[in-house]
Amino acid sequence: MKIRKIIPGVDNRLLIKDAAKLMPDPMRRTFLRNAASLGALTFLTGCDIIDGDTAESVLRKVSEFNDAAQAAIFSRTKLAPVYPESAITRPFPFNAYYDEDEAPTVDGAAYKLEVAGLVDNKKSWTLDELHALPEVSQITRHVCVEGWSAIGSWQGAQLSEFLKRIGADTKAKYVWFKCAEGYTNTIDMPTAMHPQTQMTFKFDNKLLPRAYGFPMKIRMPTKLGYKNPKYVVAMEVTNTDHGGYWENQGYNWFGGS
Amino acid sequence: MSTEAMTAPAFKITIHPAWVRICHWINALTILVMVGSGWQIYDASPLFDFRFPRSIPLGQWLGGALLWHFAAMWVLVVNGIVYVSLGLITGRFHRKLLPVYPSQVFADLKAAMTINLPHDDLSHYNAVQKVLYIGVILCGVVIVLSGLAIWKPVQFQELTTLFGGYDFARYVHFFAMAAIVGFLVVHILLALLVPKSLRAMFTGR
Repeated sequence: MKIRKIIPGVDNRLLIKDAAKLMPDPMRRTFLRNAASLGALTFLTGCDIIDGDTAESVLRKVSEFNDAAQAAIFSRTKLAPVYPESAITRPFPFNAYYDEDEAPTVDGAAYKLEVAGLVDNKKSWTLDELHALPEVSQITRHVCVEGWSAIGSWQGAQLSEFLKRIGADTKAKYVWFKCAEGYTNTIDMPTAMHPQTQMTFKFDNKLLPRAYGFPMKIRMPTKLGYKNPKYVVAMEVTNTDHGGYWENQGYNWFGGS
Repeated sequence: MSTEAMTAPAFKITIHPAWVRICHWINALTILVMVGSGWQIYDASPLFDFRFPRSIPLGQWLGGALLWHFAAMWVLVVNGIVYVSLGLITGRFHRKLLPVYPSQVFADLKAAMTINLPHDDLSHYNAVQKVLYIGVILCGVVIVLSGLAIWKPVQFQELTTLFGGYDFARYVHFFAMAAIVGFLVVHILLALLVPKSLRAMFTGR
């Protein structure tokens, strides 16, 4: 099978540009205002017929509607397509809002996964304890919100199995993840319970390298890349939506694929 | 089913009934938003060795463009379903767009190139128009389906497979856009060259 050598758009310039899009709060709030005034409606009429704040609030409402639409079409049993080993993208791209050499270095020996919220057992988990969980494996497609995709091989434990072990209230709405560098992510419980949602400790059957999220990544082939957090240090089962790093800036909350 | 000619007195034939005009202008605005935001989304991960200039795309950055794209898509789809359904139910598509013969297309194309194609009767489409209108409606169907294939490659994976997989579906989506934009260039140019056709899309006559 032919392996794609070129993944459109995976270049460092673009990744740095993404990082540059981190905007201070007041600017972030107006990014859609500018979008609206530059928009097609203005272009046609020559005047700003919808003011920026209205446009932004309407777009955010529609995005929330799209969250509901995606939750409705999400199937708890439908599996993401799996691929043969020959289809794995090599090298699998590093992707984040920072450069690879700025990725967090987590000390595996001192690492403890904190567990909080609506769970019976809030004890922290060492890496050895996590590695002892029953292993599952998947070769699936990682789809980035930017449009490019890459096929990777991930091994780890089913998140649903882990949630069962810690006595999580799986009727809660969300699971929230916190990462070593401050990245955060909230996902819906149905996705957390999906059989392919994985607490990932290995890439391609080797201990997860730093670039891919050591010591733990949460792999969800049913969601876009930005919903797959790396360097996860804490999780909380909750009924409160804590949002997420990109979601708070305007990416769709559900981010399903 | 009564024809339009029978419902209106002969001296003021309705070329475009109200539903056609309403759907047309909603669609026109929506297409601008979809293409504008789509170009910005394309720029985040270009398929080819070019990017669309930053001054044209809608949404200022990828996140904004995605919000526009996934909001306007609902308008595009609902309006498109209404338009195609009414086009089929009222018999307008059948009446206006069929039949279309290749020989006629070539003859009319030749006439058009030599500026000999008459536009006296706006209620009647020449063969070139028929081909273009049928083509752009089909492109509309393809762009929506390929868009769904890219948006939901897991939940709608059968559709994604139908489009040759995720990566290939992106190319299909791109080329459907290119075809629609190509149509628009010709369409708008001709509407400006034959102003009464533009007027008819506002007034119906």
